[in-house]
Amino acid sequence: MGEIVMLPEQRLLNQNTSNSANNSSALDASQLASLQQSVADYSSLQLAWASGYLAAKSEQGHHAQLAPVATPVAAKTLTILYASQTGNAKGVASQLEKSVKAAGITVVLKNIADYKAKSLKNESHLLIVASTNGEGEAPDDAIEFHEFLLGKKAPKLPNLSYSVLALGDSSYEFFCQTGKDFDERLQALGAKQVAPRLDCDVDYDSECESWTLSIVESLKDELTQADAALTPVSYIGDLPTAGATSQYSKQNPFAAEFSLSQKITGRDSAKDVRHIEIDLAESGLTYQVGDALGVWFENDETLVAKLLTELNFSGDEKITLKVSGEVQELSLQEALISQLEITQTAPAFIEFWAQHSQNGKLLAVAKDKNAAREFAGEHQIIDVVNLAKADVDAQSFVNALRKITPRLYSIASAQSEVEEEVHLTVGVVSYDANGDTRTGGASGFLTQRLEEGQKVRVFVEHNDNFRLPQSDDTPVIMIGPGTGVAPFRAFMQEREAREASGDNWMFFGDQTFTQDFLYQVEWQNYLKSGLLTRMDVAFSRDQAEKIYVQDRLKEQASEVFSWLERGAHLYICGDANRMAKDVHQTLVEIIQEHGKLSAEQAEDYLKSLRSNKRYQKDVY
Amino acid sequence: MSNNFTKVENPVLVVEGKQADNERLKAESDYLRGTIKEDLQDRMTGGFTSDNFQLIRTHGMYQQDDRDIRAERQKQKLEPLHNVMLRARLPGGIINPTQWLAIDKFADDYTSYGSIRLTTRQTFQFHGVLKPNIKLMHQTLNSVGLDSIATAGDVNRNVLCTSNPVESTLHQEAYEWATKLSEHLLPKTRAYAEIWLDEEKVETTEADEIEPILGSNYLPRKFKTTVVIPPNNDIDVHANDLNFVAISEGGKLIGFNVLVGGGLAMTHGDKGTYPRCADDFGFIAKEDTLAIAAAVVTVQRDWGNRVNRKNAKTKYTLDRVGVDTFKAEVEKRAGVEFSESRSYEFTHRGDSFGWVEGIDGKHHLTLFIENGRILDSERADFDGKTLKTGMREIAKIHQGDFRLTANQNLIVAGVAEADKAVIEQLARDNGLLNDGVSNQRKASMACVAFPTCPLAMAEAERYLPTLVDDVEAILEKNNLKDESIILRVTGCPNGCGRAMLAEIGLVGKGPGKYNMYLGSDLAGSRVPKLYKENVDEAGVLSEIDALSARWSAERNDNEAFGDFVIRAGIVEQVIVSFKDFHHA
Repeated sequence: MGEIVMLPEQRLLNQNTSNSANNSSALDASQLASLQQSVADYSSLQLAWASGYLAAKSEQGHHAQLAPVATPVAAKTLTILYASQTGNAKGVASQLEKSVKAAGITVVLKNIADYKAKSLKNESHLLIVASTNGEGEAPDDAIEFHEFLLGKKAPKLPNLSYSVLALGDSSYEFFCQTGKDFDERLQALGAKQVAPRLDCDVDYDSECESWTLSIVESLKDELTQADAALTPVSYIGDLPTAGATSQYSKQNPFAAEFSLSQKITGRDSAKDVRHIEIDLAESGLTYQVGDALGVWFENDETLVAKLLTELNFSGDEKITLKVSGEVQELSLQEALISQLEITQTAPAFIEFWAQHSQNGKLLAVAKDKNAAREFAGEHQIIDVVNLAKADVDAQSFVNALRKITPRLYSIASAQSEVEEEVHLTVGVVSYDANGDTRTGGASGFLTQRLEEGQKVRVFVEHNDNFRLPQSDDTPVIMIGPGTGVAPFRAFMQEREAREASGDNWMFFGDQTFTQDFLYQVEWQNYLKSGLLTRMDVAFSRDQAEKIYVQDRLKEQASEVFSWLERGAHLYICGDANRMAKDVHQTLVEIIQEHGKLSAEQAEDYLKSLRSNKRYQKDVY
Repeated sequence: MSNNFTKVENPVLVVEGKQADNERLKAESDYLRGTIKEDLQDRMTGGFTSDNFQLIRTHGMYQQDDRDIRAERQKQKLEPLHNVMLRARLPGGIINPTQWLAIDKFADDYTSYGSIRLTTRQTFQFHGVLKPNIKLMHQTLNSVGLDSIATAGDVNRNVLCTSNPVESTLHQEAYEWATKLSEHLLPKTRAYAEIWLDEEKVETTEADEIEPILGSNYLPRKFKTTVVIPPNNDIDVHANDLNFVAISEGGKLIGFNVLVGGGLAMTHGDKGTYPRCADDFGFIAKEDTLAIAAAVVTVQRDWGNRVNRKNAKTKYTLDRVGVDTFKAEVEKRAGVEFSESRSYEFTHRGDSFGWVEGIDGKHHLTLFIENGRILDSERADFDGKTLKTGMREIAKIHQGDFRLTANQNLIVAGVAEADKAVIEQLARDNGLLNDGVSNQRKASMACVAFPTCPLAMAEAERYLPTLVDDVEAILEKNNLKDESIILRVTGCPNGCGRAMLAEIGLVGKGPGKYNMYLGSDLAGSRVPKLYKENVDEAGVLSEIDALSARWSAERNDNEAFGDFVIRAGIVEQVIVSFKDFHHA
C-alpha cells in the first residue's frame, strides 16, 4: 500500500482515547498502576490467560456486589452504530462505547451493515459514528442504511433521541457528508438531538473527547441506574482478535525493530517501492491478513531546517502544544520534527497563509474549496511558505498546522508464514518542487531515513472489512495493482498455510513488466505450485495504448462472472480515486452483460455481494 | 592437410545408448514448433519455458539475461531480466543499405543495448530484445528480405564466405555458392513462418514436411559451413565442420577442395573433448557442391553421436569412424568421387583495412570495428565514437553494399570513385576510420561473454580493449612496436572467439581467470597448446611480457610468435589433436 497523500477519513486513525483502562476501570489510580506494573512483562498468551482468570474471578468472588446486574431493571438501551470503511469510525465508536458503559449506561454497539434499519422505530437512544468517502458517498457498509433512511419508507421517529459524530476531511467538498445526511434526515423524521452533531476533521482527538463527555452528561440521568456503575466490564473477551491483548496501541505504539528494507522495483523503474520487514517479537502484537500496520514517523530534519530558514526562525523558539493530552512546552524545531504535520498540507493552512501573506494567488486558491484541496495535495508546507512571505510568530504558525498522524499500511504478510514479523509494501512518494525533491513524511522516513536495526513505532489496526472468506473452499478474486498487491501477498501466505482448497485469481498491474512486477517471483511460484489458480497482469506503459487491470477483467469477463456465480469473494486494494472506480464500473458491465441484467440490477448484484461480505475494498 | 588418423578398424558407425535429452525435445517439437506460440502469450514471465528455451535457438535466438544485475534482481524478487539475442542469417555477410537502415532502427527502438553487433559468424546480432518485441523483430527482418532461421541449434548455421573485395568476380561466384549452400541445408519446416510471421499453418501430413536433409531429429549438434578464397583464411576453416576451398583458374571458379571436421569447442576438464583441424577430402567440381554438402551433412546426421552431446560434432565422428570410412560414405551418397586436392596456400587470416580497388574498378573501404560493437556513445561509455550514426549516414547515401567479415569488421563495398570522399569523411567524422589503430589491436579478437552470454565464465569483450593497451605497451618495451600477435580471448571453451586458433589464446575459466594457450600460426592451420592454467590478469601480462622478450631476443627473421614458441620448446606442437592436445 502506498503512502496516503490526501486522506479521506478512512485512512486516518481511530480516536483511541488515551488510556482505555482509565475510562473503563473501577480501580483507583494506585490499584491501576499496580495492575499495569504486574502485567507489563506478560506475553500475549499470559495476558489472554490472565484476562480469563480475572473474568472468572469476578463472577465468583464478588457476586454479592454485583447483585444489581442480576436483577436488571428494564433500562433503556443506547444503540451505537458505526459506518466505517477501514475501521476508523469503528474505533471511535468502540471508544465511545467504553466511555458510556463506564458511566453505567446499557449500550449495544453495531456495525451499521448488520443493523436492520426497520428497527429504528423501536430505538429510544441512538448514536451514529459515520465516515464519508472521498466524494461524499456513504462508506460501503452504510449504503443500504443510508438509502433506507433517506428514502420514502423511513418511519417517523418522534421518540428517538440521537446524535451523530461525523468523520471526514475538510479538504473535500462534501466534508462529513454522510454524517450530515443522517443528522438532517433524523431531525426531519422527528427525532430529537441530544447533542449537536460533531464534524471531525483529520485531527479529531480532543474534539471527540469533549463530545463524548457531553453525550455522557446528557444521557446518563436518563439511561443510568444508580448502581450500574459497578457492573464489571468484560469487553476484553468480546474483541475480535488477540491484538487486543497487547498493551500496545496507537497511543502507546510498540518500538519495533526495522529489520529489512529491500527495493523491489528494478533499477530502471520510475517508482521506488520497498518491501519492508518489521519485527514484532516480544510485543504481543498480532494481526490477521487484511489488517493494517500503523506507523508513526518523524519528519526529515533537513526539511525542517530548510523550513525554519524560510520562515526566519531559529528553531529554538518555545511554543506550547498538547502532547498526549497534556500541554507541553517544546522548541519549535522539536515540534516540527516530531509533532506536526509538514509533508501534508491542510487546506486550512492555505487559508491561514493566504490571510497572513495577502498573496493574490493564494487568496484566490483559498477561496475555492476544490482548488484549495488540490493545491494542498500538491504542495508541502515549505512550498506554500516559499510562495509568499508572511509575518507570523512561531506559536501561530504551530497552531495553523495539524498534529502529525501515523500512516496506515496494508500488511503484506500472514503470521502463519512469517510468525512475529510484519511485512509492508511501501511506495515512496516523491516529486520535485522548487528544485528540491519532496518526499512523503512516512514513506521517506521508512525508506530513506530509517536504517535496518533501528526502531520504528507501530501498532496494529484491525480491519474486519477486508477478510478472507470463512470457508477455505471459497474462491477469491483479488484485484491489486501497484502497492495494492500487499494484502494479497498476505492472503496467499495465509491460504497456503491453511492448505485452503479454494481457487485464487489475482489481477495485478503497474507501469512496466520488467521493472514494476511487484513480488514477481513469488507469484510465479504460487502459480507453479497450483495455489494460485490464475493470474492476469496489465502493464500500462509497455505498449502504445494504456492497458490496466480493468481491461484484463474485461477480457476475462465471462470467466469472472462464472467465478462470481460460484460464490467467489471479490477484493480490491489500491488507488481509490481512479482504479477502484474503473474496476467497479467494469464489474457492473461484466455482470450486466453476462448476467443479462440492467445496469441497475447489476449494481444491486454488487450491492448484495457487498452486504454478504463478498465484495470488499481496501482503497486509499 | 590431413594430420589426423585416417583409418579405424571396425568402426562404430552409430553410437548406441540412451539418447541425450535434446534428441527427445527435437523429436517432440513438431518440426521445431514446440509450444513457442503459447509461451509468447504468457505474460507472467519474459522467458521461454523448458523445451522452448532450446527450440528458439533453431529460429536464431538465445534466451539471455543481464548477468550484471541477476543478483540484484533476485533480491528485488524479480525474475532475471530475460531477453533474447538474435543472430541473423546472412550468408557471406552481405547486407544492403536498405536492410541496414531497417536493423539500425530496430536496434534503437527495441533493444536494451541499442547496438548492432558484428560477430565472428559474419553476421549481426541484436542483444536485449524483450519477449513482446520478438515477433516485431522477425517481421521487421522479413520486410527487408532477412531472417534468422537456423543460425543456432543443431542445424547448419550461417554460411561464411571470405570477404575478398579485390577479386570481385571470384568473390561474387563464391558468395553465390555460400547463399545456395545456406538455402539448400536450411530446415524446410514452416515453423518459423507460422510462429513469427503469422503465416497460416498449411494443412499437411507429416510426410509432406519431412526434412529431406536434416531429418525429423535434425543434426546431433551444431554444424558450420564455409566457402573460403585462399590465400586468406579469414573464416578460419579449422573452426568449421565443412569448408569449400575455392580453386580458380584465370580468376574463374572451377571447383573446391573440401575440408571436413574442424571445430574448436571443448569442455574444461573433459579430455574427450578437444579442438581439431579439418581433413582435406579432395577436390570436387563446382557443380557437385550441393550434392557433396548434403552428403556430408547426412552422414554426420546418421553417424554423429546422439548419446553424448560433448562428442557429437563432426570432428569426433571422423575420429571415431576414421576419415576414410566417412569420406567413402560421402562419395557413395553424393555419387561423386573426390579427386586429388588442388594446391592452394593460406597465408593470413586478418582483414586489410582502408581502401582497395577491385578488379571491377569499384572501391572498397574496410573498417576496423573493435569487438564488432556498432553503437553510439550516448548508449555507452564509448570514447565519444558514434559508429552507429556513422553507419546510418553512410547507408543513406551508399549505392553498393556492406560486407561483414568473419573478424567482426565491416567493408563498405562497391563505392564509385566519385563517392569515395564523402563516405570516407562520414567514416572519419564518426570514429569508424581511425589511422591510429595498432597492428596488435587489429590482430585481437574476443567473444561477447559478459553481461549477456549465459555460458561465459570470465570477461572477454569488456576485457580485450585494456588488455590490448597493455600488450601494445609490452611489445613496444620489448622492441616489437609494429609487430603483432594473434591474440584471442573467449569467455568459455565453446569457441566463439576462436581462441583455439590463436598464437595466444585466453579461455575463460572463472571470474578473472584464464587458461593460456600458445602456438597457432598466422594461417590458422595449427591448434595451440595449453601453456598455463588459471592465470589472472596480472599473470597474463607478466607471461606475455616474458614470452615476447624472449621472442624479440631469440626469433629468426620474420618468425611469427606462434612458430617461435614451438621452435623454442615453450610448448609442444599439436599435430594430432586427438592424442596431442591434452598430452602433458
